[in-house]
Amino acid sequence: MTAHSLTPLYPVDPDHLRRLHARLEQDAQANDLLDIAYRTVDSAIGPLLLAATPRGLVRLAFANEGHDSVLLTLSERISPRILEAPARLDPVARQLDEYFAGRRQRFDVALDWSLSQGFRRTVLEHLNTDVAFGTTASYASLARLAGSPKAVRAVGTACATNPTPIVVPCHRVIRSDGAVGSYRGGPVAKRALLDLERAG
Amino acid sequence: MTVDQIVKPPFEAVVAQHGATVLRVVRAVVGQTDADDAWSETFLAAMKAYPQLPADANVEAWLVTIAHRKAIDITRAAARRALPVADTPDSPAVDRADGRDLDLDAAVGALPPKQRQAVAYHYLAGLPYADIAIILDSTVAAARRAAADGIATLRRTYPRLDTARSHT
Repeated sequence: MTAHSLTPLYPVDPDHLRRLHARLEQDAQANDLLDIAYRTVDSAIGPLLLAATPRGLVRLAFANEGHDSVLLTLSERISPRILEAPARLDPVARQLDEYFAGRRQRFDVALDWSLSQGFRRTVLEHLNTDVAFGTTASYASLARLAGSPKAVRAVGTACATNPTPIVVPCHRVIRSDGAVGSYRGGPVAKRALLDLERAG
Repeated sequence: MTVDQIVKPPFEAVVAQHGATVLRVVRAVVGQTDADDAWSETFLAAMKAYPQLPADANVEAWLVTIAHRKAIDITRAAARRALPVADTPDSPAVDRADGRDLDLDAAVGALPPKQRQAVAYHYLAGLPYADIAIILDSTVAAARRAAADGIATLRRTYPRLDTARSHT
C-alpha cells in the first residue's frame, strides 16, 4: 500500500464538485470574502475575461493578455481571494452582448478604479464621459480634455494600461494622422470595435 | 520573478487543484451525509485565511488540517443532534444514486476515529506521516501505526480492498 492508493475507491463526480463550487461562491459572497469574482464571455473579438470587486468592474482582459497571468496580477495587486463566480458579472456580460449586437451605445456598470492612479485615472475618467460612441479623439485632444495638453505621451500610456477596455473606450482614441494606433487587445480588435461603432 | 517573490495563485486555483482530494478525505472521515457540509466549511475557512498563508506553504497539508478541525466540529454537532436523525430512511436511496460502495463506507466508518483519519490523510490525501502526526497531535510512529491498523482492519472488513485497487 502506498500513499494515495485508496483514491481509486473514492470516485468524485465532476458535477458534484461543480455544485460544491457554486455553494462556495454563494457562501463567500454572503461572508464578504469574495474580493474578486471573475468569468469569461465570448465576443466578436474573442474571449474576454471580466473581473469585479464588490465595488465594481476592476478588469477586462483580452485573450492575448493571457487570462491566467491577468488573474495572477490581480491576486498580487488586489487580493488572492478570487473565485470564478459569474453572478457578479452578469450585468456587464449582458451589456457587452448588447454592445456587440449593436443594441447598446454606453455601459451602465459600476467601475472599481483601484488599478488606475493619478493622471492615468484622470485621463480614463475623461475618456469615459467625454468621448461618445461612434466618435474618436486624438491623443492630443484627450490630453487637452484631461487638462495637460503637453502630456500626449502620458495619455498614450494611460490608454495602453486601461484596466477596463471596451467599457472605458480607449479604442476611440486614435493617432492625429488617422492611424488607429496601438491597443491592449491588438490593432485588429481596435479596428473591429471602431467598425462596429461606425455601423451602429 | 525570483523565488523569494512567489505570487500567491488565485484561490480558484486552490479549489481546482485540491477540491476532489478534500472531498474524498471528508467522505472518509465524516461520512457521505455530512461530506458536503465539511467540504464547504473547509474551503470557506481556507478562503478567509488564504491571504495570510505563507506563499511557500504546503497547501494540501494546510487544507487537510482545516478539514480535520471542521470534521471534528461536524461530528460533535451530529452527536448533539437526536440520534435517529442520523439514520433517515431515504439516505440509502441517495447513496445508490451516487453509485457508491456502501460496504466500503460502512467499513471505513466503523474504524476508530484516529485510524480513519490516519488512513484518509495518508491513503487519500497522500500526506507523509510527519504531517499527519502534527494534525493528529501525536507522534510519527503513532500516526503510522494508526494507518497500518486501519488498513489491516479494512482488509478484513472490506475484502475487496486489494482486488479493487489492482483493477484500477
